[in-house]
Amino acid sequence: MKDPDSKSSPVLRALFYLLVLVILVFNLFPFLYAVVSSFRPSSELFSTDLIPKSLTFLHYSEIFRDARFVASLINSIIVAGCTVAIALAFGSLCAYALGRLPFRFKGFVLYLVLTMTMFPQISVLSGLFVMLKALNLFNTRQGLIMTYLIFSLPFTIWVMTQYFRSLPRELEEAAYVDGASPLAVFWQVLLPLTVPGLVSTGLLAFIAAWNEFLFALTFTVTDNMKTVPVVISQFSGATSYEQPWGSIMAASMVVTIPLVILVMIFQYRIVAGLTAGAVKG
Amino acid sequence: MAKQIDLLERQRRLAWFLIVPAVFVVFLVIGYPLIQVLLYSVLKYKLDGVTPASFVGLSNYLFILTDPDFWLAVQNTLIFSVCSVTLECVLGLAVALVANSKFKGRSILRVAILIPWAIPTVVSSKIWAWMFNDIYGVVNVLLINFHLISQKIAFLATPATALPVIIAVDVWKTTPFMALLLLAGLGLIPGDLYEAASIDGASKIRQFFSLTLPLVMPTLLVALIFRTLDALRVFDIFYVMVGGQGNMATMAIYNQQWLVSFLDAGIGSAASVIILVIIMVFVVLYTRFSKTSFE
Repeated sequence: MKDPDSKSSPVLRALFYLLVLVILVFNLFPFLYAVVSSFRPSSELFSTDLIPKSLTFLHYSEIFRDARFVASLINSIIVAGCTVAIALAFGSLCAYALGRLPFRFKGFVLYLVLTMTMFPQISVLSGLFVMLKALNLFNTRQGLIMTYLIFSLPFTIWVMTQYFRSLPRELEEAAYVDGASPLAVFWQVLLPLTVPGLVSTGLLAFIAAWNEFLFALTFTVTDNMKTVPVVISQFSGATSYEQPWGSIMAASMVVTIPLVILVMIFQYRIVAGLTAGAVKG
Repeated sequence: MAKQIDLLERQRRLAWFLIVPAVFVVFLVIGYPLIQVLLYSVLKYKLDGVTPASFVGLSNYLFILTDPDFWLAVQNTLIFSVCSVTLECVLGLAVALVANSKFKGRSILRVAILIPWAIPTVVSSKIWAWMFNDIYGVVNVLLINFHLISQKIAFLATPATALPVIIAVDVWKTTPFMALLLLAGLGLIPGDLYEAASIDGASKIRQFFSLTLPLVMPTLLVALIFRTLDALRVFDIFYVMVGGQGNMATMAIYNQQWLVSFLDAGIGSAASVIILVIIMVFVVLYTRFSKTSFE
């Protein structure tokens, strides 16, 4: 299987490309079907042609007139954006210490961080529920941002620690010889070098926060505080049998296509961040 | 020398200064709520703001462990986890092997497998619910057109047909993640091992079983642990696709319903503790089995 282009027989090569085709179709068909459905007029819902006979932007104009959806889009951008900013700020400082500075209990703290990255969110649901109510943060964006640190902060610390560790020692040694303080070394020497790491970690944390559902569903109640996944899950027509599928698909595409474009642009960074989070563990 | 000791001391002090804020935040959002959950789990604690909380010992745990709905949720979760994680490992390895070969269009394949992973779970669930819709869904229409069924099937109406669809959504969404991890693992295998094996006359199949599989095993086990822990707390897919059906709950849905629908923090918390214990049992089993330490 290593190199089907050069050595293998034509039959094997054909089978190999057939396999590639099957993987591509399996991966892309549901997404493309959703794209097509979002442009298909409601009168043609029955049709299964991959290329619709007529196109309509009606579903898109409909969802952008829907105040609930627009509000949720803004909420999601604010919540995911703030979560990433806070996680990167706290996380990269902590990661610098874990990856670069000497101190006792380092192994223990690292172990704790890794455990936290796999911590099941459901296990603290009622604790957070009561805490948010007590802090008057229930049904607020600030409350969601705070709870999203559960998964974004340990993840950021873990991946950025790997990143700091991978930088060569000589860089900071030269700065220390010149009399720089440890904080100056972080700020002026190492941080600029970790920008690619910050981008991939931030992107992954953003996707995680953007897609989060359990907390958003549990900790918000009013339409003006809900995030996109919650609103999409609650889209409904007059009865449960008349779901507005065209609008649901259009809304789904609005929240998905920016992510797909980001993933295409940053695919190498994302793969690097994902594998640093797991393989090196 | 004195200067070096001074630097070391300054580095140590800075390290603590940098770590404390992050540790504080983690304690605030994980440690403290977890302690509260343990506390609430032995209380009769209604969130209606009227009934005062009172100590009830282990009766919340007893209630859950004798509740048939809970065991149904455990059963659904376990079937889902075992099936989806197994399929994801097998398919993930297959996709990784394909993507690791050199061929024209490899970069297209690598981008394509990232797309299902990037789509929010709620959205993928909606897309698949739409594909499997009982009247308009493309799956039913195709099955009818190819005369494979005579009558359209309401896939999501009964557990027997809904569970396979739900597993398919998860496999579709998560196989790319698995494949990417395994691809990174495959990249660590030195190429000359294969050359040596080829010279020794080992067939491709032999090479896979005695070289690739053992060498990619550590990565596979780590990925397996990650995926199992994820699968055991599954919430989104079930909630979106079959949310209204009581016999299709998962452990996480059971837990969330007690908290949000019945506003019972006592039973909700006891359920959280039980789920945490079940997940920890899996972690211990895996680490015992694999000896892959996390450090």
